[in-house]
Amino acid sequence: MNQRIPVTELESSFRGRASEALADSQLRTNFRTAMDSLMRKRADAFSDPDEREDLRELGNHIKARALSQLPDLLEQLEAKLTENGVKVHWAETTEEANQIVHGIIEAKKGSQVVKGKSMVSEEMEMNDYLAERNVECLESDMGEYIVQLDGEKPSHIIMPAIHKNRHQVARLFHNKLGVEETDDVNELIRIGRRTLREKFMEADVGVSGVNFAIAETGTLLLVENEGNGRMSTTAPPVHVAVTGIEKVVENLRDVVPLVSLLTRSALGQPITTYVNLISGPRKPDELDGPEEVHLVLLDNGRTRAFADAQMRQTLNCIRCGACMNHCPVYTRVGGHTYGEVYPGPIGKIVTPHMVGLKQVPDHPSASSLCGACGEVCPVKIPIPELLQRLRQENVKSPKEHPQVKDGGAKYSRTERAVWRVWAGLNTSPAIYRLFLWGATRFGKLTPKNVGPWTQNHSAPVPARRSLHDLARQHLGSQGTKGGRS
Amino acid sequence: MSELFYDAAPNATRVAPERPKARAYPAKPSEITLFGTCVMDLFFPEAGLDAIRLLEREGIRVHFPQEQSCCGQPAWTSGYVKEAREVARAQLNLLDNGQPVVVPSGSCAGMFRQHYREVFADEPDTLKRVEDLAERTFELTEFLLHVCQVQWQDLGKPTQIALHTSCSARREMNTHLHARQLLGKLEKVERLEHDHESECCGFGGTFSVRMPEVAGAMVQDKTRSLMDSGAVEMVTADGGCLMNINGSLEKQEVRFRGRHLASFLWERVSGEKTS
Repeated sequence: MNQRIPVTELESSFRGRASEALADSQLRTNFRTAMDSLMRKRADAFSDPDEREDLRELGNHIKARALSQLPDLLEQLEAKLTENGVKVHWAETTEEANQIVHGIIEAKKGSQVVKGKSMVSEEMEMNDYLAERNVECLESDMGEYIVQLDGEKPSHIIMPAIHKNRHQVARLFHNKLGVEETDDVNELIRIGRRTLREKFMEADVGVSGVNFAIAETGTLLLVENEGNGRMSTTAPPVHVAVTGIEKVVENLRDVVPLVSLLTRSALGQPITTYVNLISGPRKPDELDGPEEVHLVLLDNGRTRAFADAQMRQTLNCIRCGACMNHCPVYTRVGGHTYGEVYPGPIGKIVTPHMVGLKQVPDHPSASSLCGACGEVCPVKIPIPELLQRLRQENVKSPKEHPQVKDGGAKYSRTERAVWRVWAGLNTSPAIYRLFLWGATRFGKLTPKNVGPWTQNHSAPVPARRSLHDLARQHLGSQGTKGGRS
Repeated sequence: MSELFYDAAPNATRVAPERPKARAYPAKPSEITLFGTCVMDLFFPEAGLDAIRLLEREGIRVHFPQEQSCCGQPAWTSGYVKEAREVARAQLNLLDNGQPVVVPSGSCAGMFRQHYREVFADEPDTLKRVEDLAERTFELTEFLLHVCQVQWQDLGKPTQIALHTSCSARREMNTHLHARQLLGKLEKVERLEHDHESECCGFGGTFSVRMPEVAGAMVQDKTRSLMDSGAVEMVTADGGCLMNINGSLEKQEVRFRGRHLASFLWERVSGEKTS
């Protein structure tokens, strides 16, 4: 092996982190095993390809229709929620969103928050923000709880702790909670639940995400399998939901196919164990539920994506994770390699709007464009096409006005010059033939080391005669002309 | 929504059932143009010649315009639109002859059929010619199967092979289904499935040199599953994948190899030993 990456680059680049992950055989086994299982579950959940394709088409249309009237739907959502007694807040940045959430907690003199699973709160790094202000945030989703306990970030948007196997979880619980080490999965879940159960009752505020926000009725829909979402949104006196502005849909009817697509694509489930429909705080005659409900709607780059007709399709995403489950890159390097909140193929296309391409310059290149992600996306986001677009934006010079945040992060005069030469070679038949002549004649002189290619391959040696040459001889001069005859 | 962790059986290759894309095929033409692709030109020229022989065997006159070079894909997938467009335009002009264009590579055929639309999205006049080319473009196995409707007698000895298909091509053009059906016509050839068959081999054009660590892990997994399949050899209709897989096998110093499907097919139907 040659072309090893210097140690100093290890932490800071995708390639460096990927190399570390690839060297961790346990990690690779954990991901491969889990992703294989998820692919199988999805395949079984969509056993009828016609039904699957029709449903994906429908999902795509529903999201496209919602996005085509996004500003109106958001206004309608706000009006309806307000009518239902829910307080709606708008945040352009994650900083603003954090301030809003902290403000709500402060007003209640709260110090303990219990959280259902929310990727938007990860985007906000809410736990850290609140911890710095002496508010304790406890993750109640089992996977999130595990990564929080270990001081990590989620490695998957649906299964945050998927990088760990049960033995690793057993050791973690033993070390952090002082319980006896057991790798019985049910027992591990029981241990986690016992710890969490008390916290639901003590918490001042419950925080959750939202899967779909329904404009017509002012309803927040939340799917989950552990009951922790229902506990977080009903047990504490205050419920704060945080979500991105793209989660709004027009009406309740739209939600039926979307939920089916979401749960089947994510975990192969016909439906989740819990489907929560939250339409306001506790009413005077009701026995339970929070006294206050808030919704924080976060932009964080989403309007930037919205403004670009092609990149707008990233807002179709319903966060099922199927693209990462089927991604040959993600499967091998895991979620932490991406270094951002959203990993995998979807992470590569949504992250640039949030943080800019300069922060994730290698994201667009970290794909073989195999198309597995686009093939399974339940709302038909053309992920490979959008990756290709980001590659274009990534290599633009400042003069070419990149249209994605911090575009041109990979602009290089040298590389541009190489492609200019390549184009010259491939547009001039005479030069191309000269090139073939040289390559076939001197092919034997190919060096053993030709950069990164020979890291994994023997050096490619050109044939002694090109196809141009062989075809000319075989077909004679009549068979070698192009153009309209 | 979350799930804790799984204890799944390894080596799952089950994928969701497919719904093949429909395409109406023309009658067998008397002449075609072969687009040889730059990778075959330099690295697998004999396979290109075998493709010509297979077509000639069906009574088709093959043209190989000497002005052809590359479809433009490397620049296109690297984000260099202008350079890709220049090279694509040269091929577009060259292939503007009304003849069916047969391409012995699924991914280059996919470039003509799918991506030239994106390359020339800003040029409405060019797009008409792009649509025309897309309609006339056929990947080799697709053409042999559906246009030539080949009837073959298998002259080879019984053998077991594994088939690999370029993934963008299989997803864009169902090339894996065509190749499987074509191989199914050969009586003494048994096609063995391999683990994670639908997964990418890690080539991805410039991906394999931009992300050599990840691409290396992918090709190592691919070569292992191909060898574990029990097949004698691997066949593929894509030069890029072939270069990637064979280059890795050579580096690993193992005997197992892949070869282009055109060479394999020509050997079976002609009885001649090919490269």
